[in-house]
Amino acid sequence: METKEILPKMPKSWNPASKPHKFCPGCGHGLVLKALGQVIDELNIQDRVVFGCDIGCSLLSWDFFNVDTVQTHHGRTTPVMVGIKRANPDLITIAYMGDGGGYAIGSQHLVNAANRNDIITAILVNNTVYAMTGGQMAPTTMPGQKTETTPYGRDIKEAGYPMLGPEMVAAIAHEGAYVARGSIAKFRQLKTFIKKAIENQMAGRGFSFIEALSTCPTNWRTNAEKTWDFVENIMPKYFPIGEYKVPGGKEE
Amino acid sequence: MGSKPIEGERKVFMTGNEAVAWAALAAGADIMYGYPITPQNEIMQYWTRLGPKYDKKFLQTEDELSAGFTTIGGVLTGKRAFTATAGPGNVLMQEPMSMAEAMRIPTVVVIQQRGGPSTGTVIYSQQEVTLTCFGGNGEGLRVVYSTSSHQDLFDYTIKAFNTAWKYRFPTFVLSDGYQAKMRESVVIYDPEARGIQMVPTEPYVGKAGTPGKDRPAAHLRNTYNIEEELLEVLSKDIEEYERVAPEIIEYDAYNTENTDLLVIAHGVVFRSAAMAVKELASQGNKIGYFRPITLRPFPKEQLRQATQQAKQLLVVESAYGQLLKIVKDNLYGLNIPIKTLLRPGVGITPEEIAEKAKALLAGKEA
Repeated sequence: METKEILPKMPKSWNPASKPHKFCPGCGHGLVLKALGQVIDELNIQDRVVFGCDIGCSLLSWDFFNVDTVQTHHGRTTPVMVGIKRANPDLITIAYMGDGGGYAIGSQHLVNAANRNDIITAILVNNTVYAMTGGQMAPTTMPGQKTETTPYGRDIKEAGYPMLGPEMVAAIAHEGAYVARGSIAKFRQLKTFIKKAIENQMAGRGFSFIEALSTCPTNWRTNAEKTWDFVENIMPKYFPIGEYKVPGGKEE
Repeated sequence: MGSKPIEGERKVFMTGNEAVAWAALAAGADIMYGYPITPQNEIMQYWTRLGPKYDKKFLQTEDELSAGFTTIGGVLTGKRAFTATAGPGNVLMQEPMSMAEAMRIPTVVVIQQRGGPSTGTVIYSQQEVTLTCFGGNGEGLRVVYSTSSHQDLFDYTIKAFNTAWKYRFPTFVLSDGYQAKMRESVVIYDPEARGIQMVPTEPYVGKAGTPGKDRPAAHLRNTYNIEEELLEVLSKDIEEYERVAPEIIEYDAYNTENTDLLVIAHGVVFRSAAMAVKELASQGNKIGYFRPITLRPFPKEQLRQATQQAKQLLVVESAYGQLLKIVKDNLYGLNIPIKTLLRPGVGITPEEIAEKAKALLAGKEA
């Protein structure tokens, strides 16, 4: 009997030469980038996208796609993408970052790009930890959550509260902006959000921002079951999923 | 719209900041990104007044980190993009310029030095030499032109775009608050009318065709997994930098044969030095000067030759030994006394230099 190797279907815009990808087993980046890859394919924009990736685990996507890609510095992907878009508005710029890059070291760039209503799309992956550096507390670490720098759990009196990114961006963003929080646990919805965000940029309406709830079993030190439970059930209690700002005001 | 900002050439009386804005226009710069800091503000202010008439763009960013990184973004699309900063802004600018250095991105940055450290003064200094030449967590693979007049500011701002795009090293025009704010005569011109061809630009991202199908995707990075991988890239860049350095190096020298005293100065201080030296030379003293115009790469061989014919050196600068450090490094092994006139953060007059030089020539100062 002939055996055939069954390979998962890869988005056309992925770079097959860099697969299998470099993320840890169980990491959520692959799913976010799968959703993005499918969206790039469906919108047929592979020749117009410039993908920018930050420092942290997101940098591992520097050769993930067969689209023009720039790996930048920690927190600085947003301004690089803003600079590209301002100089060549025909390009579709996607800034891809983690929660540390977007909400801590690069928060001024996120806030100001949102307020200027820059016509770019930012996708921020929230896994509640600084993963590349070994699991320290992130801006999104949940109250009580143990990390390498909150070994007794995040004490909100000492370490402050987790950052609610889409809520903040939606509060300061202007008409034409699109803001949503999705989750890798709800893949089809996440993909819809990403697609709407990029379509919003293509229509020239305004800033678009997606936070994707994601997993980090390596630093969470969780097995498959607990990992999935954390992203599917625990994280959304603090980080509610849904659309926060939609042009015309029809949030789902 | 569409017509040239400057037809032929014309003599004008303007501030250095205004001259920079005109030079960037004349050079065909497409977009400026910037954040306010004294004494460079008027570069943005003139650019935003002149720019829209010629379809030029501007973005005022949230800080100098963003100004530098958006400039990188602009350059990546194949546009002549630039920014300008000073002092603490120059400190922040080192992060994006480190990336430009690592990825050979031809950014152009105009620095109008102010007093430091920290907030210092908004007025003047030559204290950003080390930062501009060697800032960032790298090896200083950049080009730094030190201007001493408004004509220099105009000429070297145009040249900076060509140097950056020809050699693909981040290029700086290093000036100061005096040059930024004072008015003087300058001839502004259309580069073409002077036979200066602008080096063509090229996009790094967004080229024609579908990546992976019609052409390889641009995968631009500045991070490496292993030591040897980084060393391979860096060795190539260093080798190239050293190979092209002789083409880039510029300097000015006067009366360097068999001098009793060779005065070394750069930037606006060079003007004081030149006045003092020429005055003393006209009185029969064996005195000359050497002015490095490029501080990176440095005119090492030329300075060594001039030094070998001198009895002693006098380094003059509005800093506590930043040019001095570079000079000593480049003269290593030569046995020559080096005297100094170091005035961090304050201007230096021709009279002060002449007084010091006279004392040294008379052997009154050790």
